Amino acid sequence: MTVMQLIFLINAAVTIIAGIMMARVQRLLHAALWLVLALFGVAITFGLLEASFLAIVQVVVYIGAIAILILFAIMLTRGGTDDTYDNSKRWIISIVVALIALGGILLALFTWPQGQALTTPLTPAQQDIGAIGVALLNPEGYLIPFEISSILLLAALVGSIYVGIEHKGEEK
Amino acid sequence: MIPLYWFLILSAVLFCIGIYTVITRRNTITILMGVELMLNAANINLLAFWRYLYVDTGNLDGVIFALIIFVAAAAEVAVGLGLIISAYRRRQSVVANDLDALKG
Amino acid sequence: MSFIADPVIFITNWLNGLLSGWGIPAMWVQFIMFIIGAGLLAFGAMIFTIGLIWLERKLGGRIQDRIGPNRIGPWGLFQPIADMLKIFTKEYITPIGADILLYNLAPILAMAAVLGLWAVIPLSSTTFGTNINVGVLYLIGIGAIGELGIILAGFSSNNKYALLGGYRAVAQLLSYEVPMAITLLIPVMFAGSMGLNDIAGAQKVAFIFQAPVAALIFFIAGIAENGRAPFDLMEADSEIVAGYNIEYSGLKFGMYYVADFLHAFTSALLFATIFLGGWRGPGAEQYPILGFVYLFIKTAVVYLLTITIRFTVPRLRIDQVMAFNWKYLTPLALATLLVTALVDKLAPVGQGLLRIILLLVANVLLFLLADRLVTLYRKNHQKLRKVVTGIRPVPVTIRPTVATEEPEVNS
Repeated sequence: MTVMQLIFLINAAVTIIAGIMMARVQRLLHAALWLVLALFGVAITFGLLEASFLAIVQVVVYIGAIAILILFAIMLTRGGTDDTYDNSKRWIISIVVALIALGGILLALFTWPQGQALTTPLTPAQQDIGAIGVALLNPEGYLIPFEISSILLLAALVGSIYVGIEHKGEEK
Repeated sequence: MIPLYWFLILSAVLFCIGIYTVITRRNTITILMGVELMLNAANINLLAFWRYLYVDTGNLDGVIFALIIFVAAAAEVAVGLGLIISAYRRRQSVVANDLDALKG
Repeated sequence: MSFIADPVIFITNWLNGLLSGWGIPAMWVQFIMFIIGAGLLAFGAMIFTIGLIWLERKLGGRIQDRIGPNRIGPWGLFQPIADMLKIFTKEYITPIGADILLYNLAPILAMAAVLGLWAVIPLSSTTFGTNINVGVLYLIGIGAIGELGIILAGFSSNNKYALLGGYRAVAQLLSYEVPMAITLLIPVMFAGSMGLNDIAGAQKVAFIFQAPVAALIFFIAGIAENGRAPFDLMEADSEIVAGYNIEYSGLKFGMYYVADFLHAFTSALLFATIFLGGWRGPGAEQYPILGFVYLFIKTAVVYLLTITIRFTVPRLRIDQVMAFNWKYLTPLALATLLVTALVDKLAPVGQGLLRIILLLVANVLLFLLADRLVTLYRKNHQKLRKVVTGIRPVPVTIRPTVATEEPEVNS
């Protein structure tokens, strides 16, 4: 058991436990904090996959912006502090559905011949973030998705401001 | 080092926890949190496959796809939360069952 | 001789040899060395804060024409220790209705965010916590974790003033991250890498001479991110009753206190590393211990400037803070980035001095243009003020003239 495997196992355990707690906890703020812990675990997983740029972007974008946005939304909609399950049948059905989905994915995984055979690739010689930047702006690369995603962000910006703004004198 | 299927199992389990959260919870904001968890699980999957299969070929598909998913998730959360707060102002409730004005 | 030239590497090698001699596999030795290094760095930073608190109070007192603490120890040197003893022995009062988990988690997050910044700073040419190749983005990410701590503190205190203070604090911190991130791209562009080691190593001429406007914007955004004056409405006593940390007492408040002072020093350290050349100086490559000294001198200059600004300038209101950021700093940062990129690529290759002069000229022109635009804006939007002439100003109340009936006098 190498150090990397131990770190991965601890990290996976923390992330999965945080996910389960987020799904089960009654108070909304605690659920949001468990989500933050799960997102942090995912960032460490990205670090283990040697995608360092994406790990830091995960912390900045998800924890630094999206989690704070979710916290603000929870604080501004004070009506729903406690989330109670009123329907116990639904709870059992959803566990069954989730387990079936998990079983299906794992079945597909273990019957795939290559999944078992792949163990250890070589570490990359250099971690070049410049390659990501060049690829994003390369017309034969990913320039069009890049521009479309910037238009998407602009649309989301304008849309969320318009939806969220209070128009005075509006009828109910 | 770390076998590939460990990452894939982690991603599958996180995805199913996300499904469970979306189906079970009543509050709209918590449903959104479950969707975020599902998107993160998809990201782990993409990056694991990229790292183990494509990193030597110089093909950056996995990384760019994951970046675009970040962008789409951020945009979706922003607009979604704006809608939830706007709905809260009208109906004074964020429980998903109560937002049924278009029903029947 | 090698001990004096580079004590840290000497001790590291000795410890490495010791642990390997005990038969521990190499990976675990590295792991243990990392843990020891992290512990020493965090411990050293916290102990150093005691000196920082003394320096700030003494210097602030002198700027304000008073002596500052001088009772406890010679020149008041043991005053911070007395402060620490007082904070340790105070009672923890938890407000009723406070969320216990969040209430106790918030100071930990705030402190962890500041200590995490020390992990990526190159303290000399061979001493650094870790050399990740995305060091600049890491700074912004750690700041985001600190903001999470603040909003949790504001909400969990079950106090509407704390909540309002928390909202305003997070609004200010999130807003000032934007110009900070944009201006941090300029040293990245010059150095060709996001790692702080590479940025410190690429400064044959310090970046402050190549991008002065960017350095100024980064300095101002750093003061605002920290919550120091003139942007200190987050924690000011006369403002919203000390903001988000009203309900904290004892060591929990002490953690916010220490995090505040340490963050000021860490911001100065980052500015010195990114824009002033870090550990670079004459002879710093052969004798890495000189790297510590140069870095410390540069940081001290920036830190003293921060303290002077704190005790000299009055406080800004929240709407002034936001207007300053979104209407002035962010467009200026974007314009600086564009102009710098353009001039950097247009300058002829290989002409080091010519490129620096062109960049300087471009930056000065940009700053003058921004200044001119602000002056024009102010002239067009200034409200007219009435001037009441006279020997000395007299309070004048203007009553509307209404037709009043004279009371009849019974004669």
